[in-house]
Amino acid sequence: MRVGSTLNIALRALRRNKMRSVLTALGIIIGVAAVIAMVGIGNGAKAQVEAQIASLGQNVILIFSGSTTSSGIRTGWGGAGTLKIEDAEAIRREVPSVAAVSEEVVSTTQVAAGNQNWFTRIYGESADYLDIRQWPLVDGAPFTAQDVRSANKVCVIGRTTASQIYGNDDPVGQILRIKNVPFTITGVLTQKGLSTQGVDQDDIVIMPYTSAMKRVVGGTTLRNINVQIGDGRQIQAAQQQIIALLRQRHNIRPGRDDDFTVRNQQEIADAATATTAVMTVLLGSIAGVSLVVGGIGIMNIMLVSVTERTREIGTRMAVGAHGSDILTQFLIEAVTLSSVGGVIGIIFGIGASKILSSYAHWPTLISLSSIIVAFMFSAAVGIFFGFYPARKAAALDPIEALRYE
Amino acid sequence: MKNGEVVKLIDVHKTYHTGDVEVHAVRGVSLEIQRGEFVALMGASGSGKSTLMNIVGCLDRPTSGRYVLDDADVSVLDRDQLADIRNHKLGFVFQSFNLLPRTSARENVELPLLYGTHRLTHAQLREKADSVLASVGLAGREGHHPSQLSGGQQQRVAIARALVNDPEVVLADEPTGNLDSRTSVEIMGIFQQLNERGITIIMVTHEQDIAAYARRNVVMRDGMILNDFKVTQRLDAATELGKIAPIDSQIQS
Repeated sequence: MRVGSTLNIALRALRRNKMRSVLTALGIIIGVAAVIAMVGIGNGAKAQVEAQIASLGQNVILIFSGSTTSSGIRTGWGGAGTLKIEDAEAIRREVPSVAAVSEEVVSTTQVAAGNQNWFTRIYGESADYLDIRQWPLVDGAPFTAQDVRSANKVCVIGRTTASQIYGNDDPVGQILRIKNVPFTITGVLTQKGLSTQGVDQDDIVIMPYTSAMKRVVGGTTLRNINVQIGDGRQIQAAQQQIIALLRQRHNIRPGRDDDFTVRNQQEIADAATATTAVMTVLLGSIAGVSLVVGGIGIMNIMLVSVTERTREIGTRMAVGAHGSDILTQFLIEAVTLSSVGGVIGIIFGIGASKILSSYAHWPTLISLSSIIVAFMFSAAVGIFFGFYPARKAAALDPIEALRYE
Repeated sequence: MKNGEVVKLIDVHKTYHTGDVEVHAVRGVSLEIQRGEFVALMGASGSGKSTLMNIVGCLDRPTSGRYVLDDADVSVLDRDQLADIRNHKLGFVFQSFNLLPRTSARENVELPLLYGTHRLTHAQLREKADSVLASVGLAGREGHHPSQLSGGQQQRVAIARALVNDPEVVLADEPTGNLDSRTSVEIMGIFQQLNERGITIIMVTHEQDIAAYARRNVVMRDGMILNDFKVTQRLDAATELGKIAPIDSQIQS
């Protein structure tokens, strides 16, 4: 075989037309760079959503109180007050795979300290909550199980709340008045940032649920129960056990609807990532179109090139080139243009995503698979769009080609 | 050096079909050319000399008849086999030089070697191309592109390209058609030198005075050989060049 010398011939031909080679490759460069950058943005968004979902905690099942209908008005999830503290106790006691449980009540209210005040969210939780959410403190200590049992007036606060009320001062040990009840701040939480819904997760006060129910929220029912399962493979089984247990405890007859709803973290994650997956595909497809346009550019230039170089092809045939040599030469030219363009495009694409990340603060994620796919696709574009012009060149009659003006 | 005929055409016919019209371009040509000959193939346009040249050059196959090149019947070979014959046994010189543009003289001369069966290293290619370029008087111009060379120099590059694979026959199609008279004589000088070294040359021309540098003239008309004779008053390029006044000054004045 003489692929070696044909490669040499093709590279010489490309070098002879530097400007045209660069411009042709530019179509592919832009196409590949667009694909890499767009898929990078899509994947980055997806990774961000996944990270936020993961920040809910590992292997978490959320049980929400049901809806109720009163005078024809339905309250929505959490409104019925069907979940009792005893339900949480029962889950803790009777579902074997459960690792941790946190009873949750939620309220929003005005909080104050000194001459500052702030409207924030109050979460009543068990002592396990911060472990379930994998939410460490930057300063101080969490409230304890003893605090929960005794309904002590203690709380931990998020970074936003801390800075709004205390500015640069250290809040640990300070008194925070919530509905005129003085709470001692035991710790400050690390920053979690915005949730998938855009809520500032750091604008929060977390206290024992017992204290919250007694002194802030009022009432005797829970909004929801957070359950963490020790072994992720048990999550479906645990979910079924919890449903069965609660139906039994709430005396729901077979065939009647649950008065609560159970979601596991995977379902929430799937719903949230589905959107970003669609976005990734959409962005990638749009960028893919530009890659195809780049490929058509290659075909166009190769066709022009074959016409313009008809005499050259005739000369090559006269001195002994086979049709297959000419075919290979033009194919190599096309594939070289597209794959060199692909490599440069990958570099540009990575550069573009880095720039987007640092200036627009969009998270981007370049995966090795997207690089490989983009490169293979650009090479395939070269073969696909190079083949027709190459075959046209190879089929030329040497006599006609030599005389071509 | 082998002896005997290198080109042997036996009752060769060539018919073209262009639309409904049938063109009988070559009508029964039989021709033998011995090794070491310098033949000028002459005739008016439409006489079939170009068609015959294409057949001799293995660019085309006869419709009927046989063509034996270097003791091998090439009239039965396929496209790729003909390409290999052109590469190994034939060298082409064209009227319009047909050099690759924006390509150095050296790389142009290397071209047939790239399509040959012998795998040569970069250094070997270069060495061979440079030595052939030197033999046609272009030492020192290996790196020049065609646009940097005069017509005569370009034709010399083309001759070097034809010679680089040590062909049995050099085929020249109107090699002086695009050159002025002085350069034409120079090119004929090179052909005569090559011929002295024993290289067989077949040249198509319609110019009587160019044909006079060959040893034998074959005249065609209407697809048949009209006349085939030895050149009696053969011109010598070196002598003729001496007769021509320094033409450079004439052009510039």
